[in-house]
Amino acid sequence: MTLDTAWAVRWIRASAAVISEHRVELITLDRDIGDGDHGENLDRGFSAVLPKLDDLAGDATPADALKLVATTLISTVGGAAGPLYGTAYLKAAGAITGQAELDGAAIVALLTAARDGVVLRGKAAPGDKTMVDAWTPAVDAASAAQSHGSDEAGILDAAATAAEDGARATEPLVAHKGRASYLGERAIGHRDPGAQSSALLLRAAADAATGS
Amino acid sequence: MKKLINDPRRVVEEAVAGFEAAHGDLVTVSHDPIYIARKDAPREGKVALVSGGGSGHEPLHGGFVGFGMLDAAVPGPVFTSPTPDPILAATKAVDGGAGVLHIVKNYTGDVLNFETAADLAAADGIDVQTVIVDDDVAVKDSLYTAGRRGVAGTVLVEKIAGAAAERGDDLASVAAIATRVNSVTRSMGVALTPCVVPHAGEPSFTLADDEIEIGIGIHGEPGRERIKIEPADAIVDRILAPIVDDLPFASGDRVLLFVNGLGGTPQVELYIVFRRAAEALAERGITVSRTLVGNFVTSLEMQGMSITVMRLDDELEQLWDAPVQTAALRWGR
Repeated sequence: MTLDTAWAVRWIRASAAVISEHRVELITLDRDIGDGDHGENLDRGFSAVLPKLDDLAGDATPADALKLVATTLISTVGGAAGPLYGTAYLKAAGAITGQAELDGAAIVALLTAARDGVVLRGKAAPGDKTMVDAWTPAVDAASAAQSHGSDEAGILDAAATAAEDGARATEPLVAHKGRASYLGERAIGHRDPGAQSSALLLRAAADAATGS
Repeated sequence: MKKLINDPRRVVEEAVAGFEAAHGDLVTVSHDPIYIARKDAPREGKVALVSGGGSGHEPLHGGFVGFGMLDAAVPGPVFTSPTPDPILAATKAVDGGAGVLHIVKNYTGDVLNFETAADLAAADGIDVQTVIVDDDVAVKDSLYTAGRRGVAGTVLVEKIAGAAAERGDDLASVAAIATRVNSVTRSMGVALTPCVVPHAGEPSFTLADDEIEIGIGIHGEPGRERIKIEPADAIVDRILAPIVDDLPFASGDRVLLFVNGLGGTPQVELYIVFRRAAEALAERGITVSRTLVGNFVTSLEMQGMSITVMRLDDELEQLWDAPVQTAALRWGR
């Protein structure tokens, strides 16, 4: 079953809910190796998106919904996460412009563009202990699932599972980007908060596709 | 924790309103989005300078808005970068048609938000160039970190680039001067106590009563090492050596020596630090020809200081001496 604007809106609402629910967890992860504002900033950003969803036009496409997320996060989140997530959603929207229904190939294109946006803005590589460590395995898994014939929900589930594994896998790493990089080996043993929030957002996308 | 605040969520708004009330002769303040602009901006045909970053480092950056220095400053929440919206609004407000230079401290959030704002300004037809300040020798500059941090040297970049813009240099020349100042400036700091971010309400890190952090960042990020407190002269020698060795500064050089307080250290101690730093530079045959001492790039109420050394030449000396009229630096006018 292809995914439409209603899915995109469900994904955004589920994102706001899951970030709010995990706000303290994200703050704690960030306080350990960053500056402790990740949960607060993202919660503020997604909370600001919610009232704007009602203003989406009746003929809005999934890309319109994602663009709304992008501009709102850019103007409300601050820190490094605002521009990184804002660029991710903006590029994701760009990859599916004009499509009312998203098939598996479109979902993979959306995820790939989002990942590329994060890399473009943050210039991080896999293994740098950043959001990229959740997004890159997610894109690879989504691509593999699509080529094995999974439906859209299956593709998103594969992406979410890979992102969750990827976030966990940041724990033993030394950070090479962002404020955590100043800690050197003291960052070892801590999960990257950006990778964790990325995994939460991708799980929300999968949940929204199964209607749960 | 005791602080002179009313509401931790309104610290920046109320401080900016106070700044406006106190310095209305020099600046105008936009409250939504928040930025501080030079009273007579935009100046037709003059390159405009815009800086900004998290609040909590006052007088950086708002205190440096005015004749001969910044055209606008964009304060974010305490220790958090402003978003691109206010940066873009400030950039548009002060552009006098000759382009805008963004001066950005090398912290990931600041760099990304200014970069996004610069992209948006370019889309609106404004010529924006960016200079990243990264004068802190405490952090290793390598592919494996976010690079050196921008700290107290930012003031010197803002002053000298501001003077270059005031004398009529074009955007490329002002950007080149700013880059040159950064390339001959090195800093390092030390913290005696942590600081408390108002909305967090607790210290961002802890130091034992007899411990100091060598190489501290301006948000209390860790430095090179944590050691037992020593006499001032020994601490100065400990942080001056990596500064001088890094450029390196050599015998015969003329320099500007800047001792910066982090907010909670009294002037009397800053002068004790200055005394030894000047002496140690003289021992190396380095001449201190310009000086700056005081609280200019702070970290809330943190006790501690940083030392910045900039290698001078005739042009940089002239630009440093040029008139400036801001809330925190004022001479020659």
